Amino acid sequence: MRTLKLTACALALGLGATAAQAEISGDTVKIGVLNDQSGLYADLAGKGSVEAARMAVEDFGGTVDGKKIEILSADHQNKPDVGSNIAREWIDVDGVDVIVDVPTSSVALAVSKVANEKDTAFIVSGAATTRLTNDDCAATTVHYTYDTYALAIGTGKAVVEEGGKSWFFITADYAFGHSLEEDTSAVVKENGGEVLGSVRHPLSSSDFSSYLLQAQGSGAQVIGLANAGTDTTNSIKQANEFGIVQGGQQLAALLMFITDVDALGLDVAQGLTLTTGFYWDMNDDTRAFADRFAERMNGQRPTMVHAGVYSGVMHYLKAVSEIDDDGGKAAVEEMKKLPIHDFFAPNGKIRADGRMVHDMYLVQVKSPDESQGEWDYYNVVRTIPGDEAYQPLSKSTCSLVKQ
Amino acid sequence: MMEILGVPAPVLFGQLLLGLINGSFYALLSLGLAVIFGMLNVINFAHGALYMTGAFAAWLLLNYLGIGYWPALILAPLLVGALGIVLERTMLARLYQFDHLYGLLLTFGLALIIQGLFRNAYGVSGQPYPIPSALSGGTNLGFMFLPLYRGWVVIASVIVCFGTWFVIERTRLGAYLRAAVENQELVRAFGINVPLMMTLTYGFAVALAGFAGVLAAPIYQVNPLMGQDLIIVVFAIVVIGGLGSMLGSIVSGLGIGIVEGLTKTFYPEASSVAVFVIMAIVLALRPHGLFGRPRT
Repeated sequence: MRTLKLTACALALGLGATAAQAEISGDTVKIGVLNDQSGLYADLAGKGSVEAARMAVEDFGGTVDGKKIEILSADHQNKPDVGSNIAREWIDVDGVDVIVDVPTSSVALAVSKVANEKDTAFIVSGAATTRLTNDDCAATTVHYTYDTYALAIGTGKAVVEEGGKSWFFITADYAFGHSLEEDTSAVVKENGGEVLGSVRHPLSSSDFSSYLLQAQGSGAQVIGLANAGTDTTNSIKQANEFGIVQGGQQLAALLMFITDVDALGLDVAQGLTLTTGFYWDMNDDTRAFADRFAERMNGQRPTMVHAGVYSGVMHYLKAVSEIDDDGGKAAVEEMKKLPIHDFFAPNGKIRADGRMVHDMYLVQVKSPDESQGEWDYYNVVRTIPGDEAYQPLSKSTCSLVKQ
Repeated sequence: MMEILGVPAPVLFGQLLLGLINGSFYALLSLGLAVIFGMLNVINFAHGALYMTGAFAAWLLLNYLGIGYWPALILAPLLVGALGIVLERTMLARLYQFDHLYGLLLTFGLALIIQGLFRNAYGVSGQPYPIPSALSGGTNLGFMFLPLYRGWVVIASVIVCFGTWFVIERTRLGAYLRAAVENQELVRAFGINVPLMMTLTYGFAVALAGFAGVLAAPIYQVNPLMGQDLIIVVFAIVVIGGLGSMLGSIVSGLGIGIVEGLTKTFYPEASSVAVFVIMAIVLALRPHGLFGRPRT
């Protein structure tokens, strides 16, 4: 037993020494895709994200500098404790080198802490809260696809500019909803609008009629939906039922994915303005990716989260291959140095606070007549340049920036 | 504008009405659970999944066979009831002689399997189901805009709930059922086919869940998770009403809907726990629930 312990110590020391020389740990690069695979965010992330990561690995060639790449996946059930436990076990027991996706802001914040503690890279695609690149930023975290600031700047600003000056929020009661409400309120006020009030509902509610009635009673011109997934689709569907739009109020779905539009149907969703980091039908490159993705996913087109996972994994693998090191801090540092050029982010870059800055798109949902076929859902109204879409670095409260 | 506790009166009335509408779903589902528990002594965890199956049955009928809402309102519960009969005959019936726990575990497992199958096939985002054209639109009540469809939900479920209650409490068939619960052997001695009665009871009770599912389809998305989200609340309602009490489940179903509506007005963050707080209080004061009797 004693010898065993000694050997273990020696091995550990030896590993420590080699890690300092920069090498791929365990001779494998292990990618852990952690997300909601059974709950309300399972379609917008879920198995699609795992498939997107697989596609990235295949396209990269299956190995990094001769070392094989493996993918693990797990369901965090939208619970921060479950998520951080899986992350810890993956890193400690399975030797996972990078965790990707992690929708549900509360879970992403918990995982970010664990990953940072254990020098493991964390590439966020599904979560939205700007806390990930502000107070809770970490040297090992990259916030890749979108965030609540970009959503607010996109949809929020567009709606105010069109004359929607007074707002009432229906907000999911957790980190993401709070963050989205806060960021959108700021944008509304900056642009001369006012916020009349808000109501917070538990995550994964089914009945929104009470909240909608309160929003209706507030007399606000715009009802901002600071929620996501089935919470958003149910809100919109029921708003339609209660004649809210016909009554003269406007809905602003601050975060909506193409899978949500698909679930609602164009009859109900038509005319909504929303902000997205990716639309599959933009150009030949995005269509090529979407076609391959759809082939593997029973015809489903990728959401921005799926596309972001692909791009993020690809960029990570490039960085690791460049420095031949899969330590979290080192890899993320290299990711920040390398520019991103792919179908998802033609001119992307990662800033010091971990924010991946790329163009966002303001889109409007087509009417059933306009739509040419399956998944033909958006008219792109405007491209929001990355530097405008994301919070300026100078305003970031991230400790990595102040240094 | 008149205000009650800082909330404008029209908003409050609106919330009360919405609560009643949600309460109708609760009442339909908890009634089915109460019937199954009362007659079969089974805690039917599959109830939520069968409610979801009812909604999906309506959606499938519409999308694959072009059968609309009104026929589906009859057909979907029949399909769910038939599924229930198969489940009862092949599985549940074998467990009556054992502890409650076995029935509970079996139905819980069934719920997971049914939900898993639908989730794999249709994803979690939900499928759209249109409101029947005869009931689209709504009417302005002065204090709120009431969608006609929601009004219909309340009427339909109250009729079905009290019809069921009437059959069980006031007719000869109901009397046999209740007698079979008290003393199976004796009823059997009168020449009544008790196992068949149990099977049909289960089939009927899950058909109620299927019926609620069809009613729910146009309001919520048809979603594999819709039953899972609801079932725990419905269980709490059955406990509040008194396990196995029909009237208790109907009254507390409607009542909890209203309380939830009020919570959403005054303190929305607590709306999902309100029912459990009430359950704790009720159990502390009346351990058998509001309408329950001690079981022998």
